[in-house]
Amino acid sequence: MRSRRNLYASLIAIFVIAAVWIGLGLVVNNSYYQLMFTLVPIWAVLGLSWNLLSGYTGLVSFGHAAFFGLGAYTVTIALVQYDITPWLGIPLGMIVGTLAGVVIGYPTFRLRGHYFALSMLAYPMALLYVFVWLGYQEVSLPMKREAPAYFMQFADYRVYIALAVGLLVVSLLISLAIERSRFGLSLVAIKQNEPAAEAAGIDTLAWKMRAIMLSGALAAAAGGLYAVVQLLVTPDSVFGMLTSAQALIVALFGGVGTLWGPLIGSAILIPLSETLQANLGDKIPGIQGVVYGIAIILVVVLAPEGIFWRVRDWVRRPRAVGLGQVDPIAPPLAAAAPEPVPPQRQPILIVANLSKSFGGLRAVADASFAVGDGEILGIIGPNGAGKTTLFNLLNGFLPPNSGSVTFAGRELIGLKPNRICRLGIGRTFQVVRAFARLSVLDNVVIGAYGKTVSEAEAVAAATAALAQVGLTGRAGALAGSLTNKELRLMELARALAGEPRLLLMDEPLAGLASHEIEDMLEVIRALAARGTTVVIIEHTMRAMVRLAERFIVLDHGAILATGHPGEIVKDESVIEAYLGKKWAAIRARG
Amino acid sequence: MSQFGTFVEIFLQALLAGILIGAIYGLMCVGLGIIFGVMRVINFAQGEFLMLGMYFTFYLVVGYNLLWFLGPSVGPYVGALIAGPVLFVLGYLLHRFLIARVTGISVAGTESEGHYPQLILTLGIALVLQNGGLILFGSMPQSVRTPLSSRAWEVPLLYNANAAVFLNKARVVAALVSVVVAVALYFLINRSRLGKTLRAAADNASAAIYMGIDVDRAYRIAFGIGIGITAIAGGLVATYNPFQPYIGLDFVIIMYAGVVLGGMGSILGAFWGGMTIGLVQQLSTLVLPTQLQNATIFVVFLLIVMVRPQGLFGRATERV
Repeated sequence: MRSRRNLYASLIAIFVIAAVWIGLGLVVNNSYYQLMFTLVPIWAVLGLSWNLLSGYTGLVSFGHAAFFGLGAYTVTIALVQYDITPWLGIPLGMIVGTLAGVVIGYPTFRLRGHYFALSMLAYPMALLYVFVWLGYQEVSLPMKREAPAYFMQFADYRVYIALAVGLLVVSLLISLAIERSRFGLSLVAIKQNEPAAEAAGIDTLAWKMRAIMLSGALAAAAGGLYAVVQLLVTPDSVFGMLTSAQALIVALFGGVGTLWGPLIGSAILIPLSETLQANLGDKIPGIQGVVYGIAIILVVVLAPEGIFWRVRDWVRRPRAVGLGQVDPIAPPLAAAAPEPVPPQRQPILIVANLSKSFGGLRAVADASFAVGDGEILGIIGPNGAGKTTLFNLLNGFLPPNSGSVTFAGRELIGLKPNRICRLGIGRTFQVVRAFARLSVLDNVVIGAYGKTVSEAEAVAAATAALAQVGLTGRAGALAGSLTNKELRLMELARALAGEPRLLLMDEPLAGLASHEIEDMLEVIRALAARGTTVVIIEHTMRAMVRLAERFIVLDHGAILATGHPGEIVKDESVIEAYLGKKWAAIRARG
Repeated sequence: MSQFGTFVEIFLQALLAGILIGAIYGLMCVGLGIIFGVMRVINFAQGEFLMLGMYFTFYLVVGYNLLWFLGPSVGPYVGALIAGPVLFVLGYLLHRFLIARVTGISVAGTESEGHYPQLILTLGIALVLQNGGLILFGSMPQSVRTPLSSRAWEVPLLYNANAAVFLNKARVVAALVSVVVAVALYFLINRSRLGKTLRAAADNASAAIYMGIDVDRAYRIAFGIGIGITAIAGGLVATYNPFQPYIGLDFVIIMYAGVVLGGMGSILGAFWGGMTIGLVQQLSTLVLPTQLQNATIFVVFLLIVMVRPQGLFGRATERV
């Protein structure tokens, strides 16, 4: 994905496709086919614009007709009412599309999943009625005989083909640039696991806003050119459901999340439906929609990710799934046993009177504690004691009802997770949140974005972090193919790549076999020996007693006890609340 | 009559129209509420099933006149009620062969819980039904007119002998039928053994499996019921509103707005949500031009999902 050779291959492919398309366009002299040669690139651009937002981030937009229609109407109204040439009108439309992206994106990105998709549908529908009400039912672009080229009107239809292909090439190049940059990788991270992306230091809202603005501009450009080509704009044809549907259909059919997808989808579906429409449209009026409908149903059922991925998987089929060998865990740099009494440390994290309630349940109640710089602090407590909620408050996933959290002198309450991550607090999750379809290296590279400027630096930091946890040999494997232990190590590496001063680990030992636990403990100790402060939630008491310098015991959201592990496990109230009689029995025997 | 008196009259007229239309919206929202609110399946084609309910009633009552023996006033309502079970079967089969591939246990716990393919699959179904409808039924607007459509009850207003509001008889009957069907469904879901099975399957599929419930079948039945209820509402709308194959799009947002407003997962909530949308739509005509009536609904929908996505009665929950 990152190699230069791939880049050149993609660039060559783009220009070869463009040249062949224009070449064929020059030969074709039937006006109907010429129109088709123009429409395919236009719809491909709309598909690319949809793909840019929805394909990469996974937030399905049903409303790309909003941008397309605004672009078409900007060009049309500029020409009809103000005599502004489409040469300026299309860029103007792109500005309108970008602004629409801001206006639509900012409130709508607060929503997820189906709410996002449905809300996106509402925008073009509302615009459709508004434009009808404004009296723009049917606006035709006037012929400008005195200066046709100035008004983008050409007797030779092949000029339009060249224009459409030009726009397509620009869109493909933009998509290619995004795919190969941290922009694209950040969007894919959002698609695969938004909370993990946010915790890894990615400002998810900022990237999504950039994506929708760019997407809006491209869709508006497609709409503007569509108006110029069709010479007639109606609210239904540009804001209608079929337009929004077309954007996602060409992308889905061809392949989601790749720049080739919309191109493939458009090249197959547009000629198919236009031919049907032309030959049968007057006899069977809805045939185009039926064909599209069946096309999407078949895609979802047979090739949910689109033709491109299906074919690619098939082509790459002979390659074995397993990539590389599992590395033995790197030897720890210093395996110092925890000292009996923690030395006087500077507090790095100070939590004061932190509380969080869900409805009537007080998940965290008035918790106050400090974490010393460089220590390993264990947080223990029964299920439902509020341990994970406490972490979610510390790294900004949840706002507390009251209290304060100060990290290295800075107040954290009110900051978003990605800001907190950049300040130096890393996090791993109880259930590993991997970006399953990215490689191990890419997963970790995303964690390095917060601390690095260039891609090379990010890759270097990620490689170092992988070495630190002993996963170097698995760098090329897909995250989805890792074992549980490797996943936990990968998540740890992802957190380390951001060079955190403080690492919050939520049950890092869950689901590991006993020898795997030993390996993980070694890695954590090595981290602490390098000066990283570690706060661990864990149930595996035997391991924790050996690992942590200090315990904090939570029960019903409140801090029950704090102290040296050796003392804590003897504390009667702790035994009653958490460890239970079994522990007491073991202790009596031991 | 004073200007204020005129305003009160217009206001009451809009309010009553809102309640009547709201009751029918309520019923269609109940249908979607079962599918979206309770089962968490996104059915984008719900509006198209409403449309099929309309055409079914139309062909049964007007086209083939199979219910001639019931007379022109009763026939259309019976026709609408028959649309329910017929579309139930269609919904059941559709779920069995298509929807089940992207919903239920097979996708629980995966990325986005399968919402992505659900949206797209049902969008495809919507396109096929809309345009297939255009091919089969034609683009001419149709209506199921009853003698009641053009008659109204005149309700005098007590404060002024000259003031009165008019209640269209077709809408009053349609609203009453809606309420009766919604109440019947409420008892079916809350009291019957079938209803308990459905709720158990929706609430916790794996727990329901351990209890010996055929969850896949429960999903199919629930999906079918949701489609059938919405189809009945479609048949009722057909008695006072002309329709064409693309009409589903006008209603799909109304339905989602109502369900979200009422709080996901509550049948009664969905009904009141639909009622609220009906009132908002009718009362908005007091201040806005009629062409923007539908735009108002989209704006209201956006406001609802942004300000209070958990609905009026729901509680915000998010797990990280």
